[in-house]
This record gives sequence, C-alpha cells and structure tokens, in this order.
Amino acid sequence: MSRRWQETLGPWLVVLALFALWEAVVHVARLPSFVLPAPTEIFATLARFAGPIAQHSAHTLMTTLIGFSFSVVGGVALGAAIGASQVAYKAVFPVLVGFNSIPKVAIVPVLIIWFGIGTVPAVITAFLISFFPIVVNVATGIATLEPELRDVLRSLGASRLDILRKVGLPRAAPYFFASLKVAITLAFVGSIISETVGSNEGVGYLMLQASSRFQIPLVFAALVVVAAMGISMYAIFASLERRMTGWATRGMDQVAYATGH
Amino acid sequence: MRAELKFVELDNVSLTYGGGTLAVDQLDLAIARGEFAAVVGPSGCGKSTLMKLVTGLAPASKGNVVVAGREVAGPLKIVGMAFQNPTLLPWRSTLDNVLLPLEIVQPHKSTFRRDRDKHAARARALLATVGLKGFEERYPWQLSGGMQQRASLCRALIHEPDLLMLDEPFAALDAFTREELWAVLQDLWMQRRFTCILVTHDLREAVYLADIVHVMSARPGRIIDTRRIDIPRPRTLETTFEPQFIDLVHHLRARIAEARVGA
Repeated sequence: MSRRWQETLGPWLVVLALFALWEAVVHVARLPSFVLPAPTEIFATLARFAGPIAQHSAHTLMTTLIGFSFSVVGGVALGAAIGASQVAYKAVFPVLVGFNSIPKVAIVPVLIIWFGIGTVPAVITAFLISFFPIVVNVATGIATLEPELRDVLRSLGASRLDILRKVGLPRAAPYFFASLKVAITLAFVGSIISETVGSNEGVGYLMLQASSRFQIPLVFAALVVVAAMGISMYAIFASLERRMTGWATRGMDQVAYATGH
Repeated sequence: MRAELKFVELDNVSLTYGGGTLAVDQLDLAIARGEFAAVVGPSGCGKSTLMKLVTGLAPASKGNVVVAGREVAGPLKIVGMAFQNPTLLPWRSTLDNVLLPLEIVQPHKSTFRRDRDKHAARARALLATVGLKGFEERYPWQLSGGMQQRASLCRALIHEPDLLMLDEPFAALDAFTREELWAVLQDLWMQRRFTCILVTHDLREAVYLADIVHVMSARPGRIIDTRRIDIPRPRTLETTFEPQFIDLVHHLRARIAEARVGA
C-alpha cells in the first residue's frame, strides 16, 4: 500500500478500531446500556432518532457558526490592532487573559438573564470561547515580524497600515488558520454548554433531555454527531489552510534545499 | 572633498540607547554623492547603529545627521536596504518580492496597478543582471542563500534609491558565493553609481568594493581612520592577490587590532 493511501485510510482505521474495542469492552464486561451503550446500539439509536437529532444538530451547527464568524471577524480585528502596537498589546493582553480564564459555563446564566433562553446566549458563548485563540495567534503572527524587514519597509516610507497589509497580515495567515482549527472545535463546546444550561433547542438541550430520561444511548448518539461535526469543520479549515498558506508548510520541506546552496 | 558634493554628513553625532548604552560617540563622517563607502570595525562597535542613524530609523541623541542637504528627522524615503538576513517574503514569488518597494514608495505606489507590466519588465531586467534570469516565478524558499541575497539586492535597488545601505549583506554566505556577489554588486554600482554605505567586518570585502574605507573604534564607536582605495575598477578576484590590495587589508587589520585592544 502506498504511503498516500496509508495516510488517507489511517484516520478511518483508528476510528474503526476504537469502536471495535469499545464494542468488545461493553460485551465482555456486560455493561448495561444506561452505563455505557455499545457503538452498535448508539448507531441504531442514531438511525431511530435521525429526524430529531438532525434538527437539533442543525440548530447547534448554526449557532456555532454564527458565534464563530463573530470571533473570526473580531479576533482578526483585535489581533491586528494589538499585534501592530506594542503599547496596545501590553495594555489589552491582561484583560484578555482574565476574560479567557473565566469558565464560560459561569457566564451562561447571566447571558440567559440578559437575552432570554435560546439562541442568543449560545451564539455569544460560542463567540466568547473561540475568540481568544484567534486574537492571540493573529497578534503573535503580526508582532513577530523581523525587525530588519520592518526597517526595510519604514525606510521606504511605509505607513503602519502598509506594513500591516503587505507583510503583517500575510505573515499572520498561517497562525490565523492554525487558530481556526482550534477555535471551531471550541465554538462547538461553547454553544453546547449554553444549550445545556438553558435552551429549548440544539444538541445540548437534546442531551440534557435524554439523560434526564436515562436514554443514555441517545446522549451518546448526540455526542457522536457533535464529534463528527467538529471533525468535518476541522477538516474544512485544514484544507483551507493548506490552500491559502501552503508556502508556510511547504517551506519546511525546502529548508534543507534552500540552505544547501 | 568639496562641501556641495557631500551626500551624507554626520557631524559630532552621539547616540545613547534607552538602557543608557552609548553606542556611538562624537562621530564625524562624510560621504560624497555616488561614492561607495565601507565602514569596518570590531564587532559591537555600533556599525549597525550608524546605519540606523543615517536612514533616520534611530534619531541622534546629539549632533546632526544630514543627508542630501537636509537634516534627518524621520525615516528617509530615498534609501534601499539589505541585511545579512535576506528577509524575502515567503508567500511572494521572487519577482513580487522585488516589486514590493514599488507598492509602497511614492510616486509609484498610487500608479502601481496601472504600470505593473512596466515595473515587472524592469524587475526582470534587474534580476537578469544579478544572474537570476529564469527564477522570477520561484519562491524564496526554492532559492539558495546566495540567490536569495541577490534577490534582496534587487529589492533594495528597484526603486532607484539615491542611497543604498548594506548591513553585512554577505556575512551568512559561503566564501565562494560571497566573492561572486562582490562582483555582482560592483557591476550594479558601476552601472548606476548610487551612493552606497557598506557595513562589514570582512576587510577584503571592504577593500574590494569601496572607494573609501572608514574604520570605527570599539564601542562607543567613532571613526579612527579613513583610507581611500585607489585600485582601478573593475576589480576582480585577481586584484585581491596584488600587493597593493594586501597592504591595504593589512593596514586596516592592524587598525582594528588597535581598536580592539583599546576597548
């Protein structure tokens, strides 16, 4: 089997092996399904409740993506602002770290008081939780601009905006795309936390309802769907990353060649 | 040197960095228009500080820096720069890297889109003169270190600056590539006759390339010797083995040894 095929099949085989192991453990240990349902049972449940699961998942996907879009826009804007200015970086960073240290689950009840039960708190939680990695990465990408390069540009009369546009942002792109992969999975966590605390729609709500009725296989079915959505989004951003910033990773393969004269 | 021919003039310039380090002290230096000047000195003597002073990237604490008849108050816009690190942008092709200054410097900036083809033709011609014909569409990471440095020189010259500042541009290259690039740089200078300040610790490089070599003392740096290099151009690698050349290098070497002991 060629290396390429191994790389394509690898992840699927690992998932399959994981499910097989899980199935075996459940059968050998004779675990009751309200403790740990076997994968076969989970998928049977998934098929049986396909309609409601699809409906709630679609809702979660929507709130996640809305919150995530806000954090992309806001994260790039704030990241660029604090990356371009040492003063702004030092001024804003402690506050950002402070915000990020707050457990988002603690904020959700407050958000519900402000905006009512439903979609808005979920969107905001998704935003809050996925905002930080984007800001930090974009700011780092811009702030680590080589001083010589900055001198070259300044001696050409480049304004701060020129430097940001021509060098800062393109340079931050690999950092940005790397952060998107982290941020999108966090955004799912955010919206589901919020749905679990207070909502009447979404996967979080579905899981809460199911577990309160001891429908543990349904909880796991929902979890599998969340994981699948997370992986899909991750894959989308990973392929976007390869397409947009191939120079950053391709450069790695070429280092030996480039310095080898 | 007649006064009106002076292009760069430092008059009793001192610079103290924020930490209280006195980097250069009472520095006097004059460079004529179209002259190729080299500045050599022991490491840490403030050679790079001199670059920053002349280009206006660092303001003098005391004294005057005058370039092209005007006192330097902020970053100059008539300067091309190249460093030891080629600092090419990895997401741009070699051609686009060379074109970068034209996207930033006025008056080209506002008309860049319209005149792109014209500029690109000029950049290709410039790349060809440094031996990079056929590499225009390659990315920097597909080029060797020497080729990257050639491209970096092109980027420093594409907007036809009046002043070229070179901060140890060939220091990271192997000896053979370095000597090749001396010839490339000499050719470029003989064609265009820009004013050039080359900061280096390689004395052979300084004597090969420069009309005049200034020796700086250990920190706080000041000029302790100035030598005119009267070897006819174009100089070749053969020149570097002639007694006159060797004597000059020897002399400079001795001055730097004194400067180091004085530190």
